[in-house]
Amino acid sequence: MDPETPEHLLKTKRGEPVTMLEAISEALFEEMIRDESVFLMGEDIGVYGGAFKVTRDFLSFFGENRVIDTPIAEGGFTGAAAGAAHMGLRPVVEIQFMDFISPAYDVITNYIATSNYRGAGPQPLVIRGPVGGGNRGGPFHSQNVEMAFFHTPGLKIVYPSTARDAKGLLKASIRDDNPVIFEEHKGLYRAPSLREVLPDEDYVVPIGEARIVREGTDITIVTYGAMVHKSVEAAQTMENEDGVSVEIVDLRTLLPLDEDAIVESVKKTNKLLVVHEDTRTGGIAGEIAIRVSEKAFEWLDGPILRVTAIDAPVPYSGPLEDYFLPQTEDVLKAARYLAAY
Amino acid sequence: MSELTLGLERAGLQDLYRSLCLTRAAEERLELLQKQGHVTGGLYRSLGQEAGAVGAAYALRRRTDGTGDMLCHTIRAAGALFLFGGELIDYFRQYMAKGTSPTRGREANVHWFDFQKGFVGPVSPLGTMIEIMAGMTLSFRVRGEDRIGIVFYGDGASSTGAWHEGLNFAAVQRCPMILIVENNQWAFSTPTSKNTRVSSFTEKGPGYGIDAEAVDGTDVLAVFDAVRRAALQVRSGGGTHMIELNYFRRKGHAQHDPQDYVDPAVIRAWEKKDPLDLYRSKLLHNEWASEDELVAIEEETFEECRVAAEAAIAEPYPEGTEAVTGVYTDVPTPHPWTRSSSPDPTLA
Ligand SMILES: Cc1ncc(C[n+]2csc(CCOP(=O)(O)OP(=O)(O)O)c2C)c(N)n1
Ligand SMILES: [Mg+2]
Repeated sequence: MDPETPEHLLKTKRGEPVTMLEAISEALFEEMIRDESVFLMGEDIGVYGGAFKVTRDFLSFFGENRVIDTPIAEGGFTGAAAGAAHMGLRPVVEIQFMDFISPAYDVITNYIATSNYRGAGPQPLVIRGPVGGGNRGGPFHSQNVEMAFFHTPGLKIVYPSTARDAKGLLKASIRDDNPVIFEEHKGLYRAPSLREVLPDEDYVVPIGEARIVREGTDITIVTYGAMVHKSVEAAQTMENEDGVSVEIVDLRTLLPLDEDAIVESVKKTNKLLVVHEDTRTGGIAGEIAIRVSEKAFEWLDGPILRVTAIDAPVPYSGPLEDYFLPQTEDVLKAARYLAAY
Repeated sequence: MSELTLGLERAGLQDLYRSLCLTRAAEERLELLQKQGHVTGGLYRSLGQEAGAVGAAYALRRRTDGTGDMLCHTIRAAGALFLFGGELIDYFRQYMAKGTSPTRGREANVHWFDFQKGFVGPVSPLGTMIEIMAGMTLSFRVRGEDRIGIVFYGDGASSTGAWHEGLNFAAVQRCPMILIVENNQWAFSTPTSKNTRVSSFTEKGPGYGIDAEAVDGTDVLAVFDAVRRAALQVRSGGGTHMIELNYFRRKGHAQHDPQDYVDPAVIRAWEKKDPLDLYRSKLLHNEWASEDELVAIEEETFEECRVAAEAAIAEPYPEGTEAVTGVYTDVPTPHPWTRSSSPDPTLA
């Protein structure tokens, strides 16, 4: 007899709201039901259900062949995922903290990302895990890893900011025939404000499409991940206190970048602020600025500005980390400067 | 004194007990501090493993002028850190993320450094420190210094590429390094059998062409003896050496882990092999210490921890603006213009 679906994975079926973490669990669960070739690998994902409990009860439901507790060997099991992908499986690899993806950097960038181009065939696999600061995790449990991979053609990079997008994008990533790096912000995992009722249907959110979080006419903020929510806070304050109308574009996918959505918004508002939690130099703001310069220079009525973390490792102590991370007040200050420009 | 005491005098034998008590008291104090909301981030216990760190570190050359042996401890080897001169108050400052901590709030818990005293704190990515210690001890060998290095790592860390690459490098280069495998039978929720197919890490030694031995990690004198012998060999040009400590992680991976995946009967069985209890009985039985002396040690270490923790609590957190300093030795990191008093980015 088939085991019963664990209660906590049926919230959407019951019409209950879910957190972003629960949305991710549901996406994994539903994809594993839908497609037998989907399987999971990672450290402590089976018996323990993952460091953040994303795969709680998956082992008892799907068994040891589809939920594999690995040795602590990110390079090794990511490489093994690539091999399994060649043979028609669709691996979803969990990196316990994305900071520890670095041992797999070699196989991801040299092997996986180049596979299709080299004629070795597609690499339908997902590498997912928690990222981001604000949890006093210090230098090794807080990083954002997107820009370490952004420069590697052949990869897709996804970074959702809501429960709905997380579920739809993770499903799309699993179904995608290309390798996807999927970043999940720890601070959003269980954020009560992000709980929402999801459609009780099999939906996907297409990779490569940004989302207009809020329409506006005076300034565009392009952002993603946890910074979407700080940007919304700032935009609301601007609207209430300054009468300034801010449009917010949530990239959702960083690679490939939805250039059209960015350019279209800038052509409407004529002003651009990029906000990212990742550090400043070599952050995605630079790439966005040059694309806007190429495609919409004539439309700009002010400098392109950015609000980012500072160029330092992520510090551990509260006051240091708060200073390191971009805050709502920083977004406000930059947006006000632009509005007045 | 007898064979049994391995050349240690009464004071030395009692020193070991002091270090064991200090480790346990410090961690118990941390638990209390965490309940009171003073600890930033995770808290990791070494309950049942204290003797491994203490016995090993006690066998090494500990100096304060940068000429002694080098230690790389782990989160479960605080006893070694204390023996190498890591200050108790710094330990609490680190766990509390205080601005007065050795890393000025940038890094957590036992992740700190003092090259004069001879310890290099670990980083979180597992395996890395073997490579680092290989290089440190390579420098001892090429300069003809008779210093050695000791690096601790858990059973789980042995699965990483860095562990293999670092150990292989050390073995090939005959680096004067002792690798301590803290085999506490778990890596977070993963049993050792899921990190390696061999039943003992000593089986791996021959694969690298190095000597390896296993020791009861709950027996502080046995660990001391094994590391002392290994150190002699390594110091006199014998190359890299591995020592596996066998014991059990009696608490969860961290305080937030109730370790419900571990059979409680197994934990209870290991409680009977508590390293402090075992050594205490041995001290009394052999009359290496009196009951009064032991009680005094227990009370003193408890009090030291209480006093150090109280002092650390009163100290300030770092200023946020400090976050920009020290990224490079020379190139300053700019403060973000959004934090300056001027609203104009071009003036920042
Ligand atoms: C490269 C890397 N991957 C994952 C982790 C997350 N992690 C931290 S401790 C740990 C388990 C370590 O087990 P072990 O080496 O046996 O040490 P123990 O905790 O038992 O002392 C894991 C998986 C990490 N720190 N580094
Ligand atoms: Mg272990």
